[in-house]
Amino acid sequence: MTAPVSISLDVNGERVDALVLPRLNLADFLREQLQLTGTHVGCEHGVCGACTVRVNGEIVRSCLMLAVQAHGTAVETIEGLSDSGEVADLQAAFRDRNALQCGFCTPGMLMAAQDLLKQEARPDRDRIREHLSGNYCRCTGYQAIIDAVETTARVRGGRRV
Amino acid sequence: MTIASANPEILSELDRPNSYIGKTMPRPNLERLMQGRGLYVSDMEAPRMGQVVFLRSPHAHAKIIGIDAAAARRVPGVIAVVTGKELAEVITPWVGVLSHLKGLKSAPQHAIAIDRVCWQGEAVAAIVATSRAVAEDAAEVVRVEYEELEAVTDMRTALDPATPVIHPALGDNLAFERNHDAGEVDAAFAGSDEVMEADFIFGRHTGVTLEPRSVVADWNAAEERLTIYQGTQAPHMVQNIAALHLGLQEQQVRVVCKDVGGSFGIKVHIYADEMATYALSKLLRRPVKFVADRVESFNTDIHARDHRCKGRIGVKRDGTITAFEIDDLTGIGPYSMYPRTSAIEANQVVNLVGGPYVTKNYRARARVVFQNKNVMCQYRAVGHPIACSVTEGLVDLAAAKIGMDPVEIRRRNLIADDGYPCASPSGLRFELLSHHAAMNKLMAMMDYDALRAEQAALRAKKVHRGIGIASFIEVTNPSAAFYGVGGARISSQDGVAVRLDAQGSVICQTSITEQGQGSESLTAQIVGSVLGVSMERVRVISGDTDNTPYGGGTWASRGAGIGGEAALQAAKILRRNILNVAAAVLQSSPAELDIAGNAIVNASDGAPRMELRELARIIYFRPDTLPPGIRPELMATRHFVPREYPFAFTNGVQASWLEVDTDTGFVKLLRHWVVEDCGTLINPQLVDEQIRGGVVQGLGAALFEKCIYDERGQLTNANMADYLVPMSGEMPDIDVGHVVSPTSETELGAKGAGEAGTAGAAAAVANAVNDALRPFGAVITEIPLTPQVILTALGRI
Ligand code: FES
Ligand code: FES
Repeated sequence: MTAPVSISLDVNGERVDALVLPRLNLADFLREQLQLTGTHVGCEHGVCGACTVRVNGEIVRSCLMLAVQAHGTAVETIEGLSDSGEVADLQAAFRDRNALQCGFCTPGMLMAAQDLLKQEARPDRDRIREHLSGNYCRCTGYQAIIDAVETTARVRGGRRV
Repeated sequence: MTIASANPEILSELDRPNSYIGKTMPRPNLERLMQGRGLYVSDMEAPRMGQVVFLRSPHAHAKIIGIDAAAARRVPGVIAVVTGKELAEVITPWVGVLSHLKGLKSAPQHAIAIDRVCWQGEAVAAIVATSRAVAEDAAEVVRVEYEELEAVTDMRTALDPATPVIHPALGDNLAFERNHDAGEVDAAFAGSDEVMEADFIFGRHTGVTLEPRSVVADWNAAEERLTIYQGTQAPHMVQNIAALHLGLQEQQVRVVCKDVGGSFGIKVHIYADEMATYALSKLLRRPVKFVADRVESFNTDIHARDHRCKGRIGVKRDGTITAFEIDDLTGIGPYSMYPRTSAIEANQVVNLVGGPYVTKNYRARARVVFQNKNVMCQYRAVGHPIACSVTEGLVDLAAAKIGMDPVEIRRRNLIADDGYPCASPSGLRFELLSHHAAMNKLMAMMDYDALRAEQAALRAKKVHRGIGIASFIEVTNPSAAFYGVGGARISSQDGVAVRLDAQGSVICQTSITEQGQGSESLTAQIVGSVLGVSMERVRVISGDTDNTPYGGGTWASRGAGIGGEAALQAAKILRRNILNVAAAVLQSSPAELDIAGNAIVNASDGAPRMELRELARIIYFRPDTLPPGIRPELMATRHFVPREYPFAFTNGVQASWLEVDTDTGFVKLLRHWVVEDCGTLINPQLVDEQIRGGVVQGLGAALFEKCIYDERGQLTNANMADYLVPMSGEMPDIDVGHVVSPTSETELGAKGAGEAGTAGAAAAVANAVNDALRPFGAVITEIPLTPQVILTALGRI
């Protein structure tokens, strides 16, 4: 087996230096080595979206990226976005709309939704459905999630005007 | 949404001022989950924890000739490699039968296969290592020699004399058969103007909980206690079963269930690999963690709904349905699951067919057969989608044959809303259903006539849209009739303990569990309402056999109806106790006092007399100042189970509006409506979202989901890319409405709502597709309705 490789990266604003095996994926690195368990693993093959995190501002599926590839990058997880307050309004909308049941998909959903809302001020329902269509939710039926994202978009849009 | 109160004149605890019952309240536990600060079993770690990986059979049916694990044991980091024979030293095998399902048979099943594997995915060895990656590496160098045996895969030939018998000791591959004959079926068919018949085919599908099944088992050799952290719907059942097969007392086993990443009935069973994990912890005297990966989930999470059902309906010209007849065949894999058994679904299909209708003439046969495929068992809305699809498919066929509108034929046959109590053709007792009120409400919500006009106009433009209607009944609030009477130690009663703490807040311990439905929220709402305490002051503890009353957990739509009633009754006792002591302190009488807004108030004018916090302070810290003879009891426990009706039946109706592209075979869902009667709504938003989630699971079954096996018993699409589930882009908006007929068996009046969405969605979609295809004369009675199925029916391929 190949020897561990040393990596340095920024995770939720903190510098992290670690030794990782080259085959370790970013999701397992975050969960097991950094104990940032908010990033969830649903499929480990890039389909469900539960492991979505931000790397250098772009959302990625952390099960499809190796930890060594994250060397030198800035990684943001749901814990970081929650603590900074960046998605507080989105989370409030999710809570008010009961847009989560078991909550397992939710970190990835919030990541993907925030990504859309950063790109587009006024996505319509179809656009929201389309953007979130890489994220499985097995509990909710999606409608509440779409409603919550739509509401957040409207409120944020209103603030800007 | 409107809610009509059925009994406005009866006032109860729930009509108290500031009641939370019937109000949409945000769930208290969401913040944690949204911030990524939940605690799912897959997140858990323990000191010295080993990770187990199961080496699984690549063959559907084979003899195990030998296992050579020497190389694997030498891999650095490997703690142990354990075979079935070695594990059998600490855990006994089981047989998944229940005595009330007469004739049900199954074979002894081991935690890890010993001599023979019976499905592709059955574990043959466990590799425990310091990390999952190491265990997987080691698994690759375990050598297993198999001798392949012929696999029994097609349920239609499973009973043929030429087909090998999977468990020779059982004599044949028939696990269970039930026959039912009520009324005058032959005479009714003979007297019908039309008799329609169809073969309904249901794809095998599975739950795909987003968090796979996960267990951490931790045997403490010093305490001689096993703690099992598991995402389960029934902690006390797990406790009982683990103790039984490990040779322990129940008190030596504690089951803790924190956050659960989806359940849907998948996590109400106990799987062989979970049993193996408990046993490995005991054997190795250290914590062991098992987290299924996605491929394992597809191969080992129970599958469901593999049915072929021949159905017949008789009808008169005036629309009167004269009789139903079904012949259902279902394949359950090589073993009946333990302890709930795999015959319940077929039994349920027999129970539910024809359920919404008045006809008493009903004949049914259900046969359950063994196969060399993954085990099949109860999944959300057990049997309901099959029964509903067959019944409603037949009703639509009959309507089309006699040229009657599908809504009209239903109106002529649905049990009248004032016709209760009554019994179904299969002998189920109905307390109070509301089929006609629900149908009327549905018609108004969807504007049925306008939709029909739109459909006709579009048809002229070669746009093929369809409307599908499906009425259904739903089993909820199960009593001991489900499992207990058959000898299974699965509690049908639930218990809640409520206590007032020293600062006037309330702690409830409940035996129902939370998997996202909102059990915590509904418990807090009920207790807060009865005690006059605000929601933020109520804390709910669940999912811990050491710290909650004994009970069934959350499955079969029983949390609100049974656990909610226990919460209500416990809170009433505590309320009485609080008022008794408050009366003594305030030199008043309990009748003159009430609790509201976190304070003791005058019953007459609501004027505050004393903060609850202050009362609690006196009771806990200055009992010396209480009048003599007063012994306050600030904790109360109550248990509840329905006794009068073995199940609280509910009803509902769904409608689907969709478009079929007759060139590509693709179906586009445009809109979906549901009207459901679950009795008292505790939190309308939670009910609606339960129903929406259930509908989408039913839509998945209707259009996408299917476990595809080849003839050798290989599951060919065991990954999320090839097994399709509904995504946000394909799903329509779903309108939910309610009719409210509370059950009078409880003070709360709540029935379940968890199965409703799944029960009728596929039937509504199938009927809508057939409605759209009517101009082509194509009738499809198979799900999932893939483009291939549709184009084949249209004669295009
Ligand atoms: S776990 Fe990464 S996409 Fe599913
Ligand atoms: S809330 Fe359970 S998967 Fe989305």
